[in-house]
Order: sequence, then C-alpha cells, then structure tokens
Amino acid sequence: MTLPPLPDDGVELGATVADWRAAVQLAGARLADTGAAAPQYADEMIRMIEEHGPYVVIAPGLALAHARPGSDVFADGLSVITLATPVNFGHPHNDPVAVVIGLAAGYATHLSVVAALANVFNDSDAAAELAAASSADEVRGILGAPDGYPSSPLDAA
Amino acid sequence: MKIVAICGAGIGTSGILKVNAERVLLRLGIKATVVACDLDSLAAEAENAQVILTSPEFVDAIGKTSADVIVVQNYFDTAELTEKLEKSLG
Repeated sequence: MTLPPLPDDGVELGATVADWRAAVQLAGARLADTGAAAPQYADEMIRMIEEHGPYVVIAPGLALAHARPGSDVFADGLSVITLATPVNFGHPHNDPVAVVIGLAAGYATHLSVVAALANVFNDSDAAAELAAASSADEVRGILGAPDGYPSSPLDAA
Repeated sequence: MKIVAICGAGIGTSGILKVNAERVLLRLGIKATVVACDLDSLAAEAENAQVILTSPEFVDAIGKTSADVIVVQNYFDTAELTEKLEKSLG
C-alpha cells in the first residue's frame, strides 16, 4: 500500500489563509494543479464541511479535506497544505488545524489510499512533522509518497 | 458481527475508521465486518449492525438506533479506538 504520487505542484508550505474555507480552497487548488481533480472539486470539499460540520478534522491539527468521487475526480491524488498560522474549523477536540491534506479518490480505490495514510499517521508524530516541513521533498519523505503526477485510472463508479 | 463507520462522503474519513477498526479488531481477536458508508446509506447498513463508529458531528444525524454509537476523537489514535471498541464489545 503506497500513496499516489505527490508532485511539487500538490504541496504548499507555510500558507497564510484567512479561515478554514480558504485553507480547504487551497487544498483543492493544489489538487487541481496535480491533475487529480477539477478546480470545482474544492467547492465540493467545502460544501461537505458546511453540510456536515468539521468532521474532516480527524486528528489534532490535521484536516483531511475530501468530497465524494464523481466526474470532477480524475485520479487518486493528494495535496498537502501547511499553514503559517493554524486556523479553527470549529471542531470540539482537534482545532486548531495546521495541516490540510486534500484527497481525491475513486470508490474502488479510496480504501487503499486511506490505508496508506493510516500507515503514516497512526500513533505517530507525522502530522507535527508535516507542519514543520520546509520542502516538498521533506513532505514526500514523511508520507512515503513518490514524486510525480497522479495517473491511476479510476473505476467507472 | 457488523460494524458501520460513517462520514459525510462515505469515503476518506469513514475509510480511515474502517481500516483502523479492522486493524484493532484483528489485534483483539474479534471477528467482525466493518463497512464504510455515508449518512444516506446508514439506515440500510446499520439495521443489523452492532456498533456505529463516527465523529462527534454525526451523532445527532444518526438518530435512534439499537447499535452502540462510538464517537472517535482522533482517527489515527489506535489506542483510543482499541479502548472504545474493547469497552463496547468486550
């Protein structure tokens, strides 16, 4: 189980954002830059949070922004945003958020991607290490993600 | 035994809960099927489920259920998941 490739285009470190919406928008913009999703996928990720609340903040300081697989997802892919100043999502336990991971995935493939993410983040300091990372290479090293652009063909579903 | 992990999209966060619950159950020696789904398919999936795993935001939306609802704070803390699953199933 390995993560999809993460190109430099998918990484933005030390970003300054006004609020959680801007942070998720940025995660979507970098996902679009990698070719994994269409630009409007960012709006879907924001809509999921508006509709259901800040449940994507799945660990202290870490948000996993994502939406449903659909026509705006082109390949399994990731983006990584770190924030110069962490922002609150309104989560009861895990605010403030310093790292936003954008995830695009298909129905048939998402479990292998999140299993690889779990391998990285389970019971580890990976989120704090990401927050302090100073280069895309360092981010890829922490995640164990290869360099390159995502290209995995998605299931028809 | 059946366990349902839910989130808004049915992928991503619920997938992490599924993957980590399976790892914990294997360690505990408990045989169970873990299904990841979104709120829309919860009613059908949860009908014969013993446990529902989710985050604080979805507790109200789950509504009335005979399943034990476990609220997970840190999805990557398998110690938390182990403790809560053990308490519910042990």
